[in-house]
Amino acid sequence: MDLLEYQGKQLLARHAIPVPVGKPASTVDAAAGAASEIGYPCAIKAQVQIGGRGKLGGIKIATTEAEARQHASAILGMDIRGLTVRELWVEAASEIAAEYYASIVFDRGAKAALVMLSTRGGMDIEAVAAETPEAIASLHVDPLIGLQPFHARRLAFEAQVAEDVVRPVGAFLDALYRTFVQEEAMLVEVNPLVITPARVLVALDAKVTLDDNALYRHPENAALRDLSAEDPQERMAKQRDLVYVKLDGDIGVLGNGAGLVMSTLDVVAQHGGKPANFLDAGGGAKADAITAAVEVILSNRSVKAVLFNIFGGITRCDEVARGLIEAFETIKPTVPFVVRLDGTNSVEGRELLAGAGLANVHAVDTMDAAAARVVELAR
Amino acid sequence: MSVLVDRDTRLCVAGITGREGRFHTLNNRNYGTAVVSGVTPGKGGQDVEGIPVFNTFREAVAASEANTTMIFVPPPFAADSILEAADAGIATIVAITEGIPAHEELRTYAQLQRMPGIRLIGPNCPGVLSPGKANVGIIPAAFFREGNIGVVSRSGTLTYQVGNELARRGFGNSSIVGIGGDPVPGSSFVEVIALFEADPETELIVMAGEIGGRAEEEAAEYIAAHVTKPVVAYIAGFTAPPGKTMGHAGAIVSGTQGTAAAKAAALEANGVQVGRTPTAVADIVVAILNS
Repeated sequence: MDLLEYQGKQLLARHAIPVPVGKPASTVDAAAGAASEIGYPCAIKAQVQIGGRGKLGGIKIATTEAEARQHASAILGMDIRGLTVRELWVEAASEIAAEYYASIVFDRGAKAALVMLSTRGGMDIEAVAAETPEAIASLHVDPLIGLQPFHARRLAFEAQVAEDVVRPVGAFLDALYRTFVQEEAMLVEVNPLVITPARVLVALDAKVTLDDNALYRHPENAALRDLSAEDPQERMAKQRDLVYVKLDGDIGVLGNGAGLVMSTLDVVAQHGGKPANFLDAGGGAKADAITAAVEVILSNRSVKAVLFNIFGGITRCDEVARGLIEAFETIKPTVPFVVRLDGTNSVEGRELLAGAGLANVHAVDTMDAAAARVVELAR
Repeated sequence: MSVLVDRDTRLCVAGITGREGRFHTLNNRNYGTAVVSGVTPGKGGQDVEGIPVFNTFREAVAASEANTTMIFVPPPFAADSILEAADAGIATIVAITEGIPAHEELRTYAQLQRMPGIRLIGPNCPGVLSPGKANVGIIPAAFFREGNIGVVSRSGTLTYQVGNELARRGFGNSSIVGIGGDPVPGSSFVEVIALFEADPETELIVMAGEIGGRAEEEAAEYIAAHVTKPVVAYIAGFTAPPGKTMGHAGAIVSGTQGTAAAKAAALEANGVQVGRTPTAVADIVVAILNS
């Protein structure tokens, strides 16, 4: 789960990391009110889950209430790389002597946390990483030992931070690592990590991704879960707990297991079709989940035909058949369905489907033939 | 022969008294797997259709000489169960549980690295099937038969699809190993491919990967340096758009890293034939085995 900047900052603040004073706002009036309360100058910042907003005009400094209103109204509703700005974060402007970069990422390849530090933070960190990777100090941390003071010192010296902030940077990295572990994050990134003229460290931005599988024991974080996806089908799917990704074609696809569904998309494309979505009904999907999935797939008006590709292991084909039959009773689809049922209880599933005599449902035995058929029907 | 599970497997099931745990335990036993015990804390002394249940792994191992375990407990308790099995000296741990928190997987992996001789398959995997010998997990065994093709895969149902395409052409498997799609799999392609390379019964290896991460690229390098048997690969996700998570925690493309095209190119550059669909994979396998 990705957090918005201000949610990430509130999380960092809980672990004693200094962040600027600020307030969220979703209207121009609220933003102006927040600005007056915080005092001028203050920053008006777009809250979107995508990088690069600064360069696109999503961050402005206001020195008066009139300016705060003007910036808030310009930024609210702005499109930043396909995302509409619906929320602002108004915060006290910080004095900046230097901009550093610090992050901890869950490195799957190395099977360890990767800690990175650089004195060249700010908007061009990606260029720094590409052109002068030696300007970013990094190391992996053994999860059973954790980040030790010597790790933090090594990073600070290797990154050549100013001598007078070696100790504060060490303390900051320690707090950042504690945040990463205790909140069970996949990423915590602070860019820029500002050094003020008074030589105080402040996290001026925060990018935090939390592990969805751990949210059950972090109720405070789970409450931040955002069910308001941009796309109406993706929103519907989130609310129904389905893994759905919208694509731009006209063939609805449902399967069980991420690998098989990805493979199904590829095979449909090989036959000249264009998938309208990725939908993984998951392991052990029951009839009601299948019905909900059909509803989500068909709510996309571009869909001209639907392919069900099920290879039952823990999922039972008779449950899938029952779900499809129920979907036909309640939703009454008008587009053709191609259904391939294989694996656990496939005989029972096929019999159920045949017995229901649903119009416009085509049973096909193999994945390849099913893909070919659905492409033909979508024409 | 086969890899990981066979007629010498003595299986202890963690979470044997749960609904799903019980169902698949009995399935595995019906297939012929020697299921010798189960562990559910607080239910020691009971039995599941004659299989004795113990409170701890130490008791279960002492009483039943279990050498393999299947972990079927809910995600909040699964990492603990894996570590308990390792502590009791169980050499082969197959973790089916999906949804273990990533940081726990990381700590568990790091701990198991310090315990030589103990191997974890999964978590979030369908298990291991050695047709005709033993089934440990949830793979629908009826669809596979004995043979000489080793299959290793990150995705459960994709494994079934590939195995099924081979079965339709009359080919069977030495073993089918699902390594799981989680951020920190206990065993990687490389480790399982090494087992197949050493297994005299395996003539050819099929690996089914997917977008995201570097596991397939690492396997490609390993195969070029260490594997003499033919390897045929499949990669799912050629049409996956960048930046979107495709279900599995690992299945995300970022930039040009981890794309299906990049993985296929890495494999082909190292002498591994790549089929663009599961059907094409089976056709390549047939061509190699008949030549």
